[in-house]
Amino acid sequence: MFVSYKWLQDYVDLSGINATELADKITKSGIEVEGVEKKSEGLKGVVIGHVIEREQHPNADKLNKCQVDIGAENPVQIICGAPNVDKGQKVAVATVGAVLPGNFKIKKAKLRGEESHGMICSLQELGFESKLVSKDYATGIFVFPNDAEVGKDALEELGLSDEVLELGLTPNRSDALSMIGVAYEVGAILGRDVKWPAIEKAEAAEKASDYISVKVEAKEDNPIYTAKIIKDVKVGPSPLWMQTRLMSAGIRPHNNVVDITNYILLEYGQPLHAFDYDRFGSKEIVIRRAKDAEKIVTLDETERTLTPDHLVITNGIEPVAIAGVMGGADSEVKNDTTNIILESAYFAGTVVRKASKDHGLRSEASARFEKGVDPARVREAGERAAQLIAQYAGGTVLQGAAEVDELTMEPAVISITVEKINTLLGTDMTVTEVESIFKRLQFGVELDNETFTITVPTRRGDITIEADLVEEAARLYGYDNIPTTLPIGSATPGQLTDYQMKRRKARRTLEGAGLYQAVTYSLTSEEKASQFALEARESIRLAMPISEERSQLRLSIVPQLLEVVKYNNARQIDSLALYEIGSVFFKRDEQELPEEKEHVAGAMTGLWESHLWQGEKKSVDFFVAKGVIEALFDTLGLNDQINYRQAQINDMHPGRTAEVLLNGEVIGFIGQVHPTVQKDLDIKETYIFELSLKALAEAEVAPIAYQTIPRYPSTTRDIALVVDQATKAGDIQDIIEEAGGKLLKEVSIFDLYEGERMEEGKKSIAYSLKYFDPERTLTDEDITKAHEKVLEAVKEKAGAELRG
Amino acid sequence: MMQERLLELQEEALQKVTAASELKELNEVRVAYLGKKGPITEVLRGMGKLSAEERPKIGALANDVREAIASKIEEKQKALETAAVNAKLATETIDVTLPGRPVNKGNLHPLTRVVEEIEDLFIGMGYTVAEGPEVESDYYNFEALNLPKSHPARDMQDSFYITDEILMRTHTSPVQARTMKKHKGQGPVKIICPGKVYRRDNDDATHSHQFQQIEGLVIDENISMSDLKGTLDVFAKKVFGQDREIRLRPSFFPFTEPSVEVDISCKICGGKGCSVCKQTGWIEVLGAGIVHPNVLEMAGFDSKKYSGFAFGMGVERIAMLKYGVDDIRHFYTNDVRFLKQFNHHEA
Repeated sequence: MFVSYKWLQDYVDLSGINATELADKITKSGIEVEGVEKKSEGLKGVVIGHVIEREQHPNADKLNKCQVDIGAENPVQIICGAPNVDKGQKVAVATVGAVLPGNFKIKKAKLRGEESHGMICSLQELGFESKLVSKDYATGIFVFPNDAEVGKDALEELGLSDEVLELGLTPNRSDALSMIGVAYEVGAILGRDVKWPAIEKAEAAEKASDYISVKVEAKEDNPIYTAKIIKDVKVGPSPLWMQTRLMSAGIRPHNNVVDITNYILLEYGQPLHAFDYDRFGSKEIVIRRAKDAEKIVTLDETERTLTPDHLVITNGIEPVAIAGVMGGADSEVKNDTTNIILESAYFAGTVVRKASKDHGLRSEASARFEKGVDPARVREAGERAAQLIAQYAGGTVLQGAAEVDELTMEPAVISITVEKINTLLGTDMTVTEVESIFKRLQFGVELDNETFTITVPTRRGDITIEADLVEEAARLYGYDNIPTTLPIGSATPGQLTDYQMKRRKARRTLEGAGLYQAVTYSLTSEEKASQFALEARESIRLAMPISEERSQLRLSIVPQLLEVVKYNNARQIDSLALYEIGSVFFKRDEQELPEEKEHVAGAMTGLWESHLWQGEKKSVDFFVAKGVIEALFDTLGLNDQINYRQAQINDMHPGRTAEVLLNGEVIGFIGQVHPTVQKDLDIKETYIFELSLKALAEAEVAPIAYQTIPRYPSTTRDIALVVDQATKAGDIQDIIEEAGGKLLKEVSIFDLYEGERMEEGKKSIAYSLKYFDPERTLTDEDITKAHEKVLEAVKEKAGAELRG
Repeated sequence: MMQERLLELQEEALQKVTAASELKELNEVRVAYLGKKGPITEVLRGMGKLSAEERPKIGALANDVREAIASKIEEKQKALETAAVNAKLATETIDVTLPGRPVNKGNLHPLTRVVEEIEDLFIGMGYTVAEGPEVESDYYNFEALNLPKSHPARDMQDSFYITDEILMRTHTSPVQARTMKKHKGQGPVKIICPGKVYRRDNDDATHSHQFQQIEGLVIDENISMSDLKGTLDVFAKKVFGQDREIRLRPSFFPFTEPSVEVDISCKICGGKGCSVCKQTGWIEVLGAGIVHPNVLEMAGFDSKKYSGFAFGMGVERIAMLKYGVDDIRHFYTNDVRFLKQFNHHEA
């Protein structure tokens, strides 16, 4: 909502307070003023001139040579290219020395050999937006009314020196979508009264109801509809002051009738519509829901197909307007219109919103109906508009109105105590202070002891409960005056849940291991949604995606991380390691929310260690990545519960991929991205993992229990085992651990040999076995006994031979 | 005679010790003078010829001479050894200004960093961290928050719906509704709710279809607007600096009444007005208010007994203000050169 500072003074006294101060006060008490603009800022030297001569430029077809009286001693010669410039016009002249928007300075010039002492201006050249310029002057200079005074400041006359406050209104404050509404707000802030416009009724003896009848078939959508008739109007331009006020509010002037309806819309907040009586098509107005597939050509000359969701004004036969949204082209007020039906009505917000949305038509009118207009102003707004039409377009207002009025308008009555207000705000307001606030708002105030009974005027439809009154009290008392305290009450333990704690541990571990945390999008393409998915389940599609790229909920994080790798690789960052913790989504029943699981995923590529000046480097490989997740499992206390199993997974390297099992259940995978996929993505060799964080965090973990630090020495025996190429080191380790019994405390692999000195199809793995007993020093026999068992077991179960 | 001979030997030996420049040479001196075949031993062998009176004197002198030589040798040996070590160490000198072996080190994403900082602040004030699903029912996302189906703020165009009743949550407020319901009308409730949210926006420098919010909710008896103001003051000073001030401006949200917009004083200009704060001296950071009685009642709380406050903010906005990030898309591009910048602890 744009509010002219000058115009506002018609309704509330602003003496002693300038526009900037006013803006600050309005902002502080509840409506954000997003800006105060004075269009003439920085401009100067534009006056009203009178074109006393115009002739064709001798050397240019499209230029005019004008002699213009600018109120100076002598007329000046100005060369003007506007097609509509003519003798007798009053125009805006930027004189020599003038400054126009964009710091454009006017100098004396010679155009095709003729001197030009200034410029005759269009409204656009003076800083008006094109969309606000009346179509009459859209492509030429602006012409003032004939009575404009030569030599006067044109900027002033065009309202450009006015200051305009731009209000950013929250949806509840539709009451401030009118000048009168803003006046009430300002009145409450300043403690000043609101002056309503005076309506001087001058009606003919003839009755409006003899000319037209009104029937409402959809009373819930339209509880009150009034139609006034104005006869014998003369359509023409509206007065300049009205045009400039409309433009200051962001509305383009058309003609006096349309301008007046818009003026009232701005003044009262009540949208009006004028129909051409003679082109209306009948003598009855019927308001009803549209029929399915019914059609109307609206003012913008677009044919629109209606549905029963839309409310229409009809002439009993066909729609002539979409209620509250836009009128029809057939009954539009045109230059030759003489008789007018003036509609002032209350249309329900929901039905207007539906139509405005379905047809993509959002107008000043629809915006107001959608948010709710003040039903108490419907009749008065119609009266005032009719009077202005008679005043500025000639014509006679017929008596009364044809109308249907079934409006039951009950103002809200709310009781509240001062104590309630103070408790909710933490303030210490007195009864008198609170009373003064409600009175300044011009609410009905009754006070019984410390209890107020407040009657809320219908213009403030947003106030229905106690809390709303508390807010009114708070904002007019001033938030700056509210004290600063902290809640006192029963103490509550502040802490993370076990799960949240583990998630943080996981983050710390992965960061400590050298991975950066990434955050990517949950929405992705259909193809990527299920790529690398841990569980082959159906993905979920949005009903109305913005793009295919973001149309599905992800089942896995890895594809997004690979995008990040691709992005970085493309920017010469070849080495990177990332992880992400985030939700993936699995479809359930249509009616049910999907299953959301938190996963942790990682992507690692390029050099892992590099200490180049010492000539050391190591690239990421499977075991580097595996080491990272092992560290994660260790932090979470799960190392004993985790196993790896060679696996074939789509888009993964067939020989370098493992499933990760937690107590036998697959909870993730790790491995190299399939080289073909790497090539398609244009990324280097990349290792990834994705694990169910949920499964990891929810697994039971043994509590930490101290174990005695050994006092006796341990003994280590190394063995090199020759096994089949396909035998898994992990399996042998399991066999060793099982066979080694209590004395075997640690098994580690220290060598792997698969070279040419081995028999075909065999490999050698060397294990180091550490034996000890916390109670005593082990004898050679003890160890040999245990060790023999190990050797037997590996031979028997894995066909392993000791390497000679 | 023997006495002179011993002193002579001592003089001779000490000279050789002093002259020795290598451990080997020194050892030769030791063997030559102190060895079993050395001259001192030889002198002592002739002691039999001496009188009983002279014998102990010469014996003592001989011992003194031996000790003097031995101690000089030891002294010299240490000196030579030290010199040898020093000489060896001198050859081992390295350039200490060369870089150390890098330790791999990642760090949190800036958004998580902000979230954890805020979580920890509120945990310290007795809050717990509540979380909820990112795909929500229309009921929890809107209806339970006083946004009935006909509400103008609920435009299909603005939200990612999956079915008519299920959508990507548009804010983290449904977590508040869910938590309140779990409390079954029993206060106190003190939670902070971080999480991802989704809006049907095209991505540009200031909009992101996915972003993160963090909201707080306190419900107890006698919770007031002044408590909200105090709590947010603590927040602003912790997150943006001790010299920041806050300002509350009336606003509107369907789930709070009264509702406020909260500004912090501009860090750049200190409140005088600059381009960052659009000449106002204040920067809008979050929305808040007193929980709407409808919201309390819908969640089973007696709005006569309990009151509460809620606040919510965009994590990206906080991070952008805190670190001066100028384009929201940076948070989701994950350029490592961007991520790496958020690596150290700030005061």
